[in-house]
Amino acid sequence: MSTLEGVEGEDRQDYTREESRAMRQRSLVLLGSLLRPLRGRVIVAMVIVAASTGLQTAGPALIAFGIDAGLPAIVERQDAMPLALVVLLYLTAAIVGAVLMWHYTMLSARISQAFLFDLRGRIYRHAQLLSLEFHESYTSGRIIARQTNDLDSIRELLDSGIQGLIRGVLYMAFIAVALLFLDPLSAVVIACSLPILALLTRWFQVTSQRAFRATRVHSARLIVKFVETMTGIRAVKAFRAERRNEREFGATTEAYRDANAKAIGVFGVFDPSLVVIGNVVVAVVLLVGGLRVAEGSLAVGVLLAALMYTRRFFDPMEEMAQFYNSYQSAAAALEKISGVLDENPTVPDPTRPVDLWRARGALDFDDVRFAYREDLVVLPDFELHIPAGQTVALVGSTGAGKSTLAKLVARFYDPTTGSVRLDGVDLRELHPKDLRRAIVMVTQEAYLFSGSVADNIALGKPGASLDEIQAAARAVGAHEFITALPDGYDTDVNKRGGRVSAGQRQLLSFARAFLADPAVLILDEATASLDIPSERLVQEGLTTLLSDRTAIVIAHRLSTVAIADRVLVMEHGRIVEDGTPEELIGGTGRFAALHKAWKDSLV
Amino acid sequence: MSDQSIPPSSSPGTVRTLLRILPFVRPFLGRTIVSFVVYVVLVLVQLAVPVVLQWIVDGPLATGDARQIWPAAGLVLALGVAEGLLIMLRRFLVLTPSTHIEASMRNTLYAKLQDLPVAFHDRWQSGQLLSRAMGDLGTIRRWLAFGVILLVGNVVVIVVGFGILFTWSWQLALVFIVASVPMWVVGFRFEHRYSLVSRRAQDQQGDLATTVEESVHGIRVLKAFGRGKHSLEAFLRQAEELRGTELEKARSIAGLWLWLLLIPDTAFALSLLGGVVLAASGQLTVGGLIAFFAAASVLRWPIESIGWLLSMTFETRTAVERLFEVLDEPNPIRDPEHPVTVAEPRGRLVFEHVHFRYQDSPASVPDLLEDITLEVEPGETMALVGLTGSGKTTLTALTTRLYDVTGGRVLIDGVDVRDLTREELRARIAMAFEEATLFSASVRENVLLGRPELDVDSPEGEAVLAEALDIAQAEFVERLPMGADTTIGEEGLSLSGGQRQRIALARAVAARPSVLVLDDPLSALDVDTEARVEAGLRRVLADTTALVVAHRPSTVMLADRVALLEDGRITDVGRHSELLERNPHYRHVISSLDDDRDTEQAPQEVIA
Repeated sequence: MSTLEGVEGEDRQDYTREESRAMRQRSLVLLGSLLRPLRGRVIVAMVIVAASTGLQTAGPALIAFGIDAGLPAIVERQDAMPLALVVLLYLTAAIVGAVLMWHYTMLSARISQAFLFDLRGRIYRHAQLLSLEFHESYTSGRIIARQTNDLDSIRELLDSGIQGLIRGVLYMAFIAVALLFLDPLSAVVIACSLPILALLTRWFQVTSQRAFRATRVHSARLIVKFVETMTGIRAVKAFRAERRNEREFGATTEAYRDANAKAIGVFGVFDPSLVVIGNVVVAVVLLVGGLRVAEGSLAVGVLLAALMYTRRFFDPMEEMAQFYNSYQSAAAALEKISGVLDENPTVPDPTRPVDLWRARGALDFDDVRFAYREDLVVLPDFELHIPAGQTVALVGSTGAGKSTLAKLVARFYDPTTGSVRLDGVDLRELHPKDLRRAIVMVTQEAYLFSGSVADNIALGKPGASLDEIQAAARAVGAHEFITALPDGYDTDVNKRGGRVSAGQRQLLSFARAFLADPAVLILDEATASLDIPSERLVQEGLTTLLSDRTAIVIAHRLSTVAIADRVLVMEHGRIVEDGTPEELIGGTGRFAALHKAWKDSLV
Repeated sequence: MSDQSIPPSSSPGTVRTLLRILPFVRPFLGRTIVSFVVYVVLVLVQLAVPVVLQWIVDGPLATGDARQIWPAAGLVLALGVAEGLLIMLRRFLVLTPSTHIEASMRNTLYAKLQDLPVAFHDRWQSGQLLSRAMGDLGTIRRWLAFGVILLVGNVVVIVVGFGILFTWSWQLALVFIVASVPMWVVGFRFEHRYSLVSRRAQDQQGDLATTVEESVHGIRVLKAFGRGKHSLEAFLRQAEELRGTELEKARSIAGLWLWLLLIPDTAFALSLLGGVVLAASGQLTVGGLIAFFAAASVLRWPIESIGWLLSMTFETRTAVERLFEVLDEPNPIRDPEHPVTVAEPRGRLVFEHVHFRYQDSPASVPDLLEDITLEVEPGETMALVGLTGSGKTTLTALTTRLYDVTGGRVLIDGVDVRDLTREELRARIAMAFEEATLFSASVRENVLLGRPELDVDSPEGEAVLAEALDIAQAEFVERLPMGADTTIGEEGLSLSGGQRQRIALARAVAARPSVLVLDDPLSALDVDTEARVEAGLRRVLADTTALVVAHRPSTVMLADRVALLEDGRITDVGRHSELLERNPHYRHVISSLDDDRDTEQAPQEVIA
C-alpha cells in the first residue's frame, strides 16, 4: 500500500516515506485552499512586517553610526548635528516600527481567526455530510477530538508562530544585507555556520514530526475515553467502574504525557544547539573583528554593530524553531483533519439534483441488494412497492433486515446495487432538501439537544411558530407534561428540573416528526419506551396523521399493526409474508403465530 | 454554560488563584526552583558577555594588543557554550515535571468527575468538561514549563541588568529606568481588561465544544430531519461570537505590544544621546558605552517578553479558575465517615417515607417523589408500574445513590444506603438501564464489569460470563467476529439496541447482587426474544430481590407484586390480578387492548 485514503491508518505511527509525503501533500493542499481567500490580507501583513522589521534592523547600524561619527564630531568639531540626526532617526524608526507592529498584530489576528472560522465550519459541515457508516466506525470521540483539540493546536500556531516565522525570515535577510554592507567578513563568518544549521534543522524536522504525530493519536484516545465516561456516567457509577476507568484513563494520560514529553524533548535539544552555534559565531566574529580593530582596519562602532547583528541574527532562529515546533504540532493536527475532510461521503449529495416539490409518497425498491460488508449481505435481492398513502408494518425477528430497510428509505445508506425510488425518482438523485422534507425517520434513541423543549421540537421545522409547536405536542400527547415543567415550553432540557424521562424524550421526538409533516414517515421502534396509554395516544394521533401519507412502521409490539394497511413479515432479508393484517392473522403463517403469542402476553 | 462564569473582578487575585495549583507542583517543587535558579544564572552568563566586551574595547583594542584578543574571544566562546548547556539543563529540569504535573491534574480532574454525582453531570455539558480536561490543562502545563519561570526570571534579570547598567553609568541607567515606568502602568491596566476577555473566550470555546459534541452524538436525528444545515448555521453563529472575542483579545494584546516596543526603543534613543554626550565629555569610556548597549540589547528580550508572559499568565489564571470550578464542586453524595456493612446480606429493600426533588428545581414544582413507602422482601420481585414521567426511573436511581433522597430513607437489609460505602452499596445492588450504555471493551469485560474481584480470563470468570449471557439470551455473542473477546461500544463494533440491552442485562446478572434493579430492560427486544429472556430471568429472580420498571404486561408477569406510581406517589401495591380487578388507573396504564372505552371489558377478556 503506497498511499492512505481519508482517515485510514490514523492510529499508526510508522508511515512509509510515500505515505508521509502524501499526507503532507494533502494537508498542504488544505492549507493552500484555506489561505487563498485571505491572500490579500496576508500580503499586506507581510509588507507591514517587512517594513517594521526593516526599521528595527536599522537600530544597531544607527547606534554604530552614532558612536563612530557622532562622537568624534562632538569631540573634534563641537558639532552635535550628526548625533541629533541619528537620535531623531532612531526615534522615528522606533515609533513607526511600533505602530506598524500594532497594526500587524490586529491584522494577523483577523487573518488567523478567519482561517480558523473557515476550517471549523468546513470540518463541521463535512462531518454532517459524512454517512452514518463513517460515524459508526470512526467513533464520536475522535471526530470531537478533530474539532476541538486538533483545532486548538492549529490556533496556537496561528496565534504565535506565523509572526515569528515571517519576522524571523525577514530579520535574517535584512541583517544579512546590513552586515554585507557594514562588514562583509562578518557576514562570511555567519554564512559558514549555515550548513550546520541546515543539518540540525533537518534532524529536528524528521524527529519532531514523528513525535507530534504520536501526540495527536494519544490525545484523541484520551478524548474518546473521557467523552465515553462522561456520557455513560450512570453506568460507570452503578457498576463501580471508577477505579478501573481511572487505571485505563491514567494509562492513556501517561502515554499522552510521554508522547508530549518526547515532542518537547526534541525541541529541548534543538534549541540549545541553536544557541551554541550562534554563540560560537559571535565569538568568531569578535575575534576576527577585534584583530582588525587592533590593526586599525575596522571602526569600534562597526564591530559593535556587527556583534549586535550577529546576535540578533540567531535570535529569530529560536523564534523560528519555536514556530517550527508549533508548526509540527499543527501539521500533525492538520494531517488528521485533512484525512477527515478527504473522506468521501459514501452517501453523496447528487451532482444534478432532481427537485420534487410535492412528494406523494410512493416508494419502490427495485432489485435492491445491500451489504454492510462484502461478506455481510443483509438484503440479498429485495423487491418492494409501496403505493402512496399506505401504512406498512414491518415484522420479523432481530437481524431480519427491517432497520436496514428503513435506513435505505431514509437514505442513511445507499443500496449496493439496484435502486430505491420515491415517486419514481431515485433517492440518489433527489435534491437533499426535498428528500429530507419528504421522508422523516423516528428511531428508538431520542436525542435531545441543549436548548429549550420548544427548540427541540422545532427541529422538525425550523422557524415554526409556538402555536405549531404546541399543536404538534398536543397531537402526540406531550403537551401536558411539557406545561407541567418549570418553564413550560421554554424549559431548558439540561437544567432546572428540565430532566425528562426516556418515554417523554420519545414523545418529544414524535412531536418533532409531527411538526416536520413529511410525505413518508418511518418509525423504527419509536414507541418502545412509551407506556401503554402514551402509546395509545400516539397511535390515535398516528391514525389521523398517517391517513394521507406513506408510513413504514417497525415495532416489536404488534399493537402497531392495528393501524397498518399492510403487514410485511421479513426473514433473513426477504419478505416471507405480505398481506392485510386480517388476511395474515386469519392465515396459518408466521405472523398468525406471532400475533397469537403477542395476544397471549397482553393483559 | 457561560452563565457559570465568575466575573474576574469579584474573584481572588491572580497570584492567589495561581497558587492553588501548588499541591500538584509540590512533588516537583525542588526541580522547579532549581530550574529557576539555572535560568537566572543563564541570563547572568548572557550579561557577562558585555562585561568581557567592555574589557576588550577599553583594553586590547585601545592599546592594539592583538595577543589578548584571543583569550577574550575564548572567554566569550566559553560563556556561549555554557549558555547552551544551561538552557539544556533548564529544559531537562522542568519539561518532564511539567508533563507529570499536567498528567496528575488530568487524572485528578477525571477522578473528581467520576466521583461527582449524576446531578452534576445533568448540569454540565461534557463539552465544557472536555475543554477543561484538554485545553485548559495544556495551558497550565505550558505556563509551568515556560511562563512562570521566564516571567519571574526575566523580572530578576531586568533588575540585575539595571544594576549592572548602573555600575557603568548611573545617568544612562536612570534614563533607562525612568523610560520604562510607563510600561508597568500599561501592564497593570492590561491585566483587568485581558482577564475578562480571556475568560469569555475560554467559556465560548467550551460552548463550541459542546455543540460539536451534540452534533456528533445527535447525528442520526440531524440526518433524519435533514437539519445539518440548520445546525451548521447555529454552530457558525457561535464560532462567529468566539471570533469576535478573540479579536477583542488581540486588540488588547496589540495595545500592550505597542507600548512594549515603543518604550525600550525610546529608552535606547535617549541612552544613545546621553551616552555619546557623556563619552564626549570623558565621563564614560567608549568601551563602557559599547558594553552598555550590548547589555541593554541582552535586556531587550526580557523586557519585550513581559507582554506575552503576562497575557499567558492571565490565560493560565482563567484556566486554573475553570479547573477549580470543577475540583471545588462539593459532592453531597459521599461515603459516610463511619461506614456500616451489611452483616447478613439477604436483599431486603425498603423505602421509608421517601421524598425526592432535584436541588435546582424551583419552589413552585412539587416533589418528584412524595412519601414513598415500599417494602421489597428478600427474593421478591416487585414491578414498578406508572405513566411516563411518574417517577419510576428516579425511584430506581435512589437505590444506588445516583441521587440522594431529599426526605425519608432507603434501607437495604435494615441499613440506610447512606451509611454504606458506595462501593459496598453498588456491589449489593446491580442495575440495568433502559439506555444500555456499553463501554469500549470486549464483551467479556463489559459483562464482568460489576465483578472486579474476578479475573476476567479465569475459568471462574468464563463460567460467570457464560451463565449471564445464557440468561440474557445473548447467544449472538458467539457469532461476533471474535466471540466474547470482540470489542464493542464507542471504539468497537456497533450493536443493535436489542443486542446492547441484552449485554447490559447480562452485566447486571453477572454482578450477582442481592438486589437487581431493572429499568425497563427489555424495551428494545422483539416478542420472541423477550419471552426467552423472561424465561431466563425467572431463574435468577427466583432467589434474588428485584425492582423492575415495567411498561408491558409481559414484564409485569415476572413480578410477585406490583407497585403503582401515580404522580410521584405509590397509590396501590398488590398482585397483578388484584390490581387489575380493583384499580382503574392500573388498568388504564397496563392494559393495551383497544381504546379507553373498552378497558372495562378488557381485563375480563384476558382473565377469562
